[in-house]
Amino acid sequence: MQEGRMLKFALAGNPNAGKTTLFNALTGSTAHVGNWPGVTVDKRTGTYKKGSEPVDIVDLPGIYSLSPYTPEEVIARNFLLEESPDCIINIVDATNLERNLYLTTQLMELDVPMVVALNMTDVLDKRGDKIDVRLLEKRIGLPVVEISALKGANAELLMTRAMDAAKEKRQGSSVLRESVLGSAIANAEIALKLKEVPAPLFHAIKLVEKDGIEVKNHPHEARAVESFIRENVCAKDGFCGDAEAEIADARYKYITAHFSSTLTRARKPSYDELSKSDKADKVLTHKIWGLPIFVVILFGIFHLTFAADFLYLGAIVKPFAEFSARMAESTVGAVFFGEGDGLCAPGTILFNAMELLTGQIDTWLANGLDGVGANPILMDFVSTGLWGGVAAVLSFLPQILVLFLFFSILEDTGYMARVAFMLDRIFRRFGVSGRAFMPMIMGFGCSVPAMINTRTMADEKEREATVRVIPFFSCGAKMPILVAISAALAVRTNLDAGLVTLSMYVLGITVALLSLLVMRNTTMRGEASPFIMELPTYHMPGFRNLMLHLWDKAKHFIQKAFTIILLSCMIIWFLSNFGWDWKHVGMITLENGEEVLNIENSILASVGRFIQPFFTPLGFGSQLNANGWVFAVAAITGLIAKEDVIATFGSLALCLGAVLTEEQLGEGVDQVTYLISQTGISSAGLLAFIAFNMLTIPCFAAVAAARGEVGKGKFKWTLLFWIFVSFVVASIVYCFCSMFASWSAWSIVTSILWVAIGAAAVVGIVMYNKYMDKKEQRLRLNKKL
Amino acid sequence: MKLLSQLKIGEQGTVVAVNGEGAIRRRLFDMGITPGAEIYLRKKAPLGDPIEIAIRGYELTLRKAEAAHVEVK
Repeated sequence: MQEGRMLKFALAGNPNAGKTTLFNALTGSTAHVGNWPGVTVDKRTGTYKKGSEPVDIVDLPGIYSLSPYTPEEVIARNFLLEESPDCIINIVDATNLERNLYLTTQLMELDVPMVVALNMTDVLDKRGDKIDVRLLEKRIGLPVVEISALKGANAELLMTRAMDAAKEKRQGSSVLRESVLGSAIANAEIALKLKEVPAPLFHAIKLVEKDGIEVKNHPHEARAVESFIRENVCAKDGFCGDAEAEIADARYKYITAHFSSTLTRARKPSYDELSKSDKADKVLTHKIWGLPIFVVILFGIFHLTFAADFLYLGAIVKPFAEFSARMAESTVGAVFFGEGDGLCAPGTILFNAMELLTGQIDTWLANGLDGVGANPILMDFVSTGLWGGVAAVLSFLPQILVLFLFFSILEDTGYMARVAFMLDRIFRRFGVSGRAFMPMIMGFGCSVPAMINTRTMADEKEREATVRVIPFFSCGAKMPILVAISAALAVRTNLDAGLVTLSMYVLGITVALLSLLVMRNTTMRGEASPFIMELPTYHMPGFRNLMLHLWDKAKHFIQKAFTIILLSCMIIWFLSNFGWDWKHVGMITLENGEEVLNIENSILASVGRFIQPFFTPLGFGSQLNANGWVFAVAAITGLIAKEDVIATFGSLALCLGAVLTEEQLGEGVDQVTYLISQTGISSAGLLAFIAFNMLTIPCFAAVAAARGEVGKGKFKWTLLFWIFVSFVVASIVYCFCSMFASWSAWSIVTSILWVAIGAAAVVGIVMYNKYMDKKEQRLRLNKKL
Repeated sequence: MKLLSQLKIGEQGTVVAVNGEGAIRRRLFDMGITPGAEIYLRKKAPLGDPIEIAIRGYELTLRKAEAAHVEVK
């Protein structure tokens, strides 16, 4: 330990062993925890302050071994080897002792002080099983502390023992000394010590294992090890087998003989006896019912979050519909019964309540400013520029939280891992493994963590393709676009708003899968990578943990609303109120005597009119009337943050002089409805507009995350990919929807054209693949010859 | 002697050898599929593949293609 420097402890262990829960308990932070192997994919640092001195705690991604397989495992290995932590806290899941201790036997080979934190012993107690901790401690030769990461029990004792351990230097120790390869390891260790390589024991073992990285770094020693094994181990001791298999085997044999024998079971476990988790699993992954149950759960989540007619009571029970319509007339009743189609779903009720609140705040703001006799332009700036856009975005917060809560519950219970298990076969058809499922589902919350989560995937090409399609899984920020425009569509057509929202989500998923299929057969050719994954035991979701997730999400959303969204709203307000001559554009009086902003002369209008023609093939370009540029502007502001799309509508609708009554102000839906009536956009164009915003370049933050994940060189192709897909799909949506809406000649012709292009692309890709397969076959044959 | 991928639901076996090469083989070892380990085939996914096995006291899923590297008796 060096003086004058903060101590640094690393948390290492198997995925899903409870590292992040322990990390949160130690540092008081609120990092995301889930019942899914691989929730932490990047290292994370916090500070432990309860001890005699502050300690930096680094939470490493979960690993099964120090031979890296996925990018996240490389992060953990490199950290342990290169950044020399003062102590490793190896967290071991007591319910899964053998496999967890396999990593322990590797970690203890490093020359770093180490403490074993035996987690989840409370689960063992419940089963009546018991681990003799003192005996285990003696046999491993390292301090072992029983903890409960979830309850925070013994965390302080663990830290005290870790601090004691960190005070002394430690030499690596190995369980392989007595094995048949022990002499080869000792030999290599001496050679590496002479070269003054740090952690010689660890590297010596990796050399004997013929680990790729190690052989490359020490080619000379690698050859020496090989000849030693040939001349001594093979010729004299008679072991000529595969060293890698032997070492893995020797570790497990040693663990079974010396370590896991400290566990006494109340009863001998039997495979036929089903635990609670197994029983739940039997239903949830049932051969026939497994997939339908998954679909029903997904539908249920969306229904609970978005439905205007909960359980379709209003549609089924006539008197209830009449009752709802009567109730919806009062302000409070409208919160629970919405438009009067029936009782709203919980998510929708919260949404209505939030709308009422934001509208109320707007009224207070207006009255307050009016009372002090403020300048009309200042008043407009406050209610439109500052509050209008932010309110439009904030009203969606409850629904985002409800949706997020359901996904957190599914993840926390361990069900998501089973879904990956069930869907792997389907995903493989599209060229990715079931592993890709988790980042995709996370994409519904936010693309940024979802993109980072792809690090659990082993194959680089597969990972990159997944990063590209993640934005197609419509995130929380895109939800306002979907909901508000769907609702506006429902007002003018007979379509059910919830159904339109759902089908737009489905469109995103479909485009994602099709893009994967195309990419994996053309530019990123390859088979789905192997799928070897742990299935965690089901458990009840922890309430505290869920609330932490929600609080994190809410905080992030509100922060965004009052920073980046507020700022963009102010800029939009300025650009829409001022002309190129830097003067306020003034008001004009409409024929009906109403006074509205002369927005036609603003900077925003002229910029909007300039980009507008690009969107003509998508249905929201030049075919619209004089106000049609607002869609172009909204699409562009969406590049900053997707919430900006609706925020822009909010501000612009007010600028365009919304003839809205007081209570309707501050609502996303009414603003959009109003705006639509002012632009002459068709329903097909509106659907295309949603599709475009869902599929095009995501927000700033997601673009930065994608850049980090795919690397600089390939990033420009990813940007182009997003632009290409969004234009093509949105114009297809526009053409087909126009065709079904009007059967006009142009729409029929272009739709047929799209079908023809699609067919040609399919034929082209199939032929290209046949050609490439043959080429690869020839290459393989040549290699063999 | 047969392959892990040929086991039937509810069948048990002991790992004899792990074939294949490179990263996949290494991964199978790391996950505890080593000679001598007991394996129980718990179930197959609704579409027949991948499979779920119980090994060393936990549940692991892998595809039949990977399971075909594992010889059991």
